[in-house]
Amino acid sequence: MNGINVVELTIVVILFLLVTVMGFAASRWRSAQNLMHLDEWGLGGRSFGTWITWFLLGGDLYTAYTFVAVPALMFGAGAAGFFAVPYTIVIYPLVFLVVIRLWSVSHVRGFVTPADFVRSRFDSPTMALLVAITGIVATMPYIALQLVGISAVLKSMGFNGTGLAGELPLIIAFLILALYTYNSGLRAPALIAFVKDGLIYLTIIVAVIVIPSKLGGWAGIFGAAQTKFSANGGPGVILPATGQLGYATLALGSALALFLYPHSITGVLAASNRDVLKRNMSALPIYSLALGFIALLGFMAIAAGTKPIGTDGNTIVPNLFQEMFPSWFTGIAFSAIAIGALVPAAIMSIAAANLFTRNVYKEFLKKDATPEQEARVAKITSLVVKLGAVAAILFINPQFSIDLQLIGGVIILQTLPSVALGLYTRWMHRGALVAGWATGMVVGLWMLYEIPKLDPATKAVVKAHFGGSAYALSKLGFDTKATIYPGIVSLLVNLLVVIVITMILRAMKVSDGVDGTAETDYTAEREDPTVRDLPDPLASAPPGLAGEASARR
Amino acid sequence: MAAPPRGTASTPPGAPPTEGVAPRRSDRSPWNWLLLVPIVLPLIVPLYNATDPLLGSWPRFYWLQLAFVPLGVITTALVYRMTRRSEGERRAAQDAIARDTSARDASARDRER
Repeated sequence: MNGINVVELTIVVILFLLVTVMGFAASRWRSAQNLMHLDEWGLGGRSFGTWITWFLLGGDLYTAYTFVAVPALMFGAGAAGFFAVPYTIVIYPLVFLVVIRLWSVSHVRGFVTPADFVRSRFDSPTMALLVAITGIVATMPYIALQLVGISAVLKSMGFNGTGLAGELPLIIAFLILALYTYNSGLRAPALIAFVKDGLIYLTIIVAVIVIPSKLGGWAGIFGAAQTKFSANGGPGVILPATGQLGYATLALGSALALFLYPHSITGVLAASNRDVLKRNMSALPIYSLALGFIALLGFMAIAAGTKPIGTDGNTIVPNLFQEMFPSWFTGIAFSAIAIGALVPAAIMSIAAANLFTRNVYKEFLKKDATPEQEARVAKITSLVVKLGAVAAILFINPQFSIDLQLIGGVIILQTLPSVALGLYTRWMHRGALVAGWATGMVVGLWMLYEIPKLDPATKAVVKAHFGGSAYALSKLGFDTKATIYPGIVSLLVNLLVVIVITMILRAMKVSDGVDGTAETDYTAEREDPTVRDLPDPLASAPPGLAGEASARR
Repeated sequence: MAAPPRGTASTPPGAPPTEGVAPRRSDRSPWNWLLLVPIVLPLIVPLYNATDPLLGSWPRFYWLQLAFVPLGVITTALVYRMTRRSEGERRAAQDAIARDTSARDASARDRER
């Protein structure tokens, strides 16, 4: 393992140690009552104000993988990779009114997971189980991909060893993360998010000033990309006419999916009141602006002639930093990516653990579990989930996780009718929701399976199945070269099935159960007598069973 | 001022509805329609799928899409301001947070003893 950059490694290790100390210390701040606002860290209060929520949700939604993969996509595929910008613009006005209803009903009824809501709203443990399993399956590969971000940084620093020795730094990093998440729960990522975002913004601002000046300005950057992508009659730095529908549907589909992920919902529920969420829907797009500049790092790498390590396109950004920055600043930039992976990975593992404990373990495996047993199961599950992610990256080709994450976006969309539309109407029948989910899953998976990956230059098939998110409409018999995102198509099929089956079941007068929520729940404000605290997902037992302990007096 | 009684607060999930206890409110407002603007515009790809006009050597595809970010911020901020609750109601929410925080501190102190 020669050729390790000592300066970079030292800075990364120092910042990593700092974050580790913060992660463990986070648990102690809860009981310290008089230290300014430190009690706010305790999720037991769910009292995250505007600033903390902004950092927490920002750290949660804009992951390290995004920061590495989006520029890699721009580097390899050009303008199509910029979809991340409209995607993260559309999302906030889209969910502006939805998340506050979810916040209110969850705080009145004590829901911690989206599946809790579905179970109560539609009186359907089956649909709740489907929502929980979908959430876990969609989240697991997402956690694994955070490791891909860290490993890209490690490779660039010179850790090229193969086998266990080469992967050791990755294992250590995730083990430490697993331990302090186990110890501190959601307080740890909330605290670390401040460091992560500070480092990310610092890196981006410096990169946007330094790199273009070294490369002869933006004209040279866009010029180099134009040259690369107009070879062989390509469209240059814009989309080909046939790619426009795919671009818009991918942006919309990804936006609809993001707040259905359990980890986003965990972040939303941690807010102290509805106004905090509304303000954040205005303030979070600042991250999208940063993401736009990060995406353009891919074009800067083209202009700089950066080469990835081997065939790993994700090393493009780390390598570009190494070529452009002095070692000490590269170390800071690398820390930003590595620490950026820890925050979402921690929140995702907590969200997955909650889903398993509340909607699988308690519902089906051990109905009479004590609160202590539930808390223990949740904490152990969060460990298992993270170790599973490490194992997935070490023992299975990382490409498998990337494929699964692509699938994850499509399958999580199938929970939209029950989770998101359910916040507005109970017209949909529980049986129809199950049928719609199943149909949407089949259609979505089949379409993804049918997408081959083509070599951008030669148009030869590199990979026969799960090769991307652009489904050729010609396969459905349309006379066009345009493509579409399978998530949108499968969601439309899902909705159609839900509508038709609901009408049939209603005509047959099949019972649709009892609504466990009331209309006023959805607009409840913080000061209402019905609103109560939700418990810390890890430090205490899930609510419902522990009703007395979790409720406010 | 003494905190109001919180008899219904510990209602477990699935218990009888809270109708009659909680005030009736509505999320509806004509201002909400404004939210459609930053949802629809960024999805009309032909609007920005071109190189010209350049803005300081940035092709339209890039600068126009980034310009939608402030559009989204302004629209959501405007809707928030226009549908915001009264000063008194917002203060009531802040009081509720403070009250819960101090209650939690008190119970934390009790646990430590």
